[in-house]
Amino acid sequence: MIPLQALYGSAGVVLFVLGLWSFLVHAPLLRKLIAINIMGSGVFHLLIAIAERGTEPPDPVPHALVLTGIVVAVSATALALVFSRRLEDAGGPPEDEC
Amino acid sequence: MSASLPLAVSLPLLGALATTLAPRRARTLGLIAALASSAVVAWLVVAVWTQGALRVDLGGWSAPLGIGLEAGGANTLLLAMTALVALAISVHAGDYFRDRIQLGHFWPLWLLLWAALNALLLAADLFNIYVGLELLGLAGAALAALGGSRAALSASLRYLLVGLLGSMTYLLGVALIYTAYGQLDLGLLATQLTAGAAEATALALLTLGLAFKAALFPLHFWLPPTHANAPAPVSAALSALVGKVAAWLILLLWLGPFATVTAPAGATLLGLLGACGVVWGSWRALRAERLKLLAAHSTVAQIGYLFIFVPLLQGLAPGSERTTLIGALLLMALTHGFAKAAFFLAAGQVQQHAGHDRISDLGGTAQRLPATTFTLGLAGVALIGLPPSGSFIGKWLLLEAAIAQGQWWWIAPLLAGTLLAAAYVFRVLARAFNLEPTPQRFVNQGRAELPGLVLAVIAVVGLGLAAGGLWGLLEAVEVER
Repeated sequence: MIPLQALYGSAGVVLFVLGLWSFLVHAPLLRKLIAINIMGSGVFHLLIAIAERGTEPPDPVPHALVLTGIVVAVSATALALVFSRRLEDAGGPPEDEC
Repeated sequence: MSASLPLAVSLPLLGALATTLAPRRARTLGLIAALASSAVVAWLVVAVWTQGALRVDLGGWSAPLGIGLEAGGANTLLLAMTALVALAISVHAGDYFRDRIQLGHFWPLWLLLWAALNALLLAADLFNIYVGLELLGLAGAALAALGGSRAALSASLRYLLVGLLGSMTYLLGVALIYTAYGQLDLGLLATQLTAGAAEATALALLTLGLAFKAALFPLHFWLPPTHANAPAPVSAALSALVGKVAAWLILLLWLGPFATVTAPAGATLLGLLGACGVVWGSWRALRAERLKLLAAHSTVAQIGYLFIFVPLLQGLAPGSERTTLIGALLLMALTHGFAKAAFFLAAGQVQQHAGHDRISDLGGTAQRLPATTFTLGLAGVALIGLPPSGSFIGKWLLLEAAIAQGQWWWIAPLLAGTLLAAAYVFRVLARAFNLEPTPQRFVNQGRAELPGLVLAVIAVVGLGLAAGGLWGLLEAVEVER
């Protein structure tokens, strides 16, 4: 039971690091957004792995944290997409970033 | 009395809801919500003043399962500052946004931001802080984009992405803490946390996540474009309140629950980053060509000062020395909150009247807008730290503690930042009073000018800071006699 939980948790950490790497390396906005979401999924993985308690029912608190996190991630992604649409309509990002 | 804690969060939230439902009456409803929120905070301040620290377990569920709100001494002061600044911004915004549609967008977002600020300041739980941070980031980014220009949209998008990166990092730290301790309440963690690798990693992640939001050097790159391109009332809120709250949360974690986990090396690193922020931010402010950009760079510097306190406070046993230093830290934070909000509101006024905020073309502003220019000057006094402003006392106590603890090297960034602040404030004021262009060279005739300059430096810096030597010499002579 424990190795499976550790495997799931470490997969979460690997996802987080992959997402972080992708966020820092790739310039296109959509890739950055996907990278952020993958980082989030990594943390959610980790939280779900923590909740596991063997034969007992899982700890509800990390589950609640994951639910809240998903709601937040969806809203943030939506806002970022709206910004990028507006920016595209306005003619793309300005040349000189002050 | 304890009802004031949840009300301080829910009243602005209700206001946001009301202004969303009735955008035509946004201005009236928004002002009512702003007044009610400020009144509740005033009530809370009185309650803490008379009864001491307050704690409320929401819904009757106590920690570790429930979520608590806590009002101690320090966060109540920050809450009061937030309410006063927010009230001023609310009044100002009614006049600033002429466009009805823009005003309809401003009010719900602004009240959401206020609710997030109050929630963060009252939070007694690591996860509640995460939720507050996300609300703050979303509302802040949307507010910063209200201007609608390409520069503003691009800056807001970057602000949002950096904020998300910060909150994901923070959330990973929260997950680590929950793995090790099975709870997130700050009060319970304070009694249980011990030094260890997992705790240190968690603290590093939490700090890194919050440092993105607080714009701690070198993670400040997103701040100047965002704050400079947002509408003035929004810049005032972002600069005076949003960054300040994130910085406060780092300090809260380092000095409160995680105090046993912190090491002098980590504290010195935070202090060093703060010092770099002070010097770099002040220097960029001096070089800035636009008034709002100047104010934005100066915010990076002013947030840096708060982190110089960390190496001096880390490991300091509770006592009068620690209380004095924390008081000085709060004084710096509160003074900057008021002063920077005032500066941005005045800058917005200048921009609306002149149609631009280029510092080189500010000539005659003092004649056209005397009160606004006076505001810029008065806020400048606080930014420099001249007496009798709060930041003067704060800097003085910081200086004293640095010397008393033998960590004198922190004086260097403090003095450099103060001098640079004087330079950038006087640069604005000199323009506003329509003087000749800034000279190309500082010294024109070395032999003729430098002797006098040296004497003036001795009078101010030499005799002021090295006054101890005077008594040393005097005593030596007295003893000889």
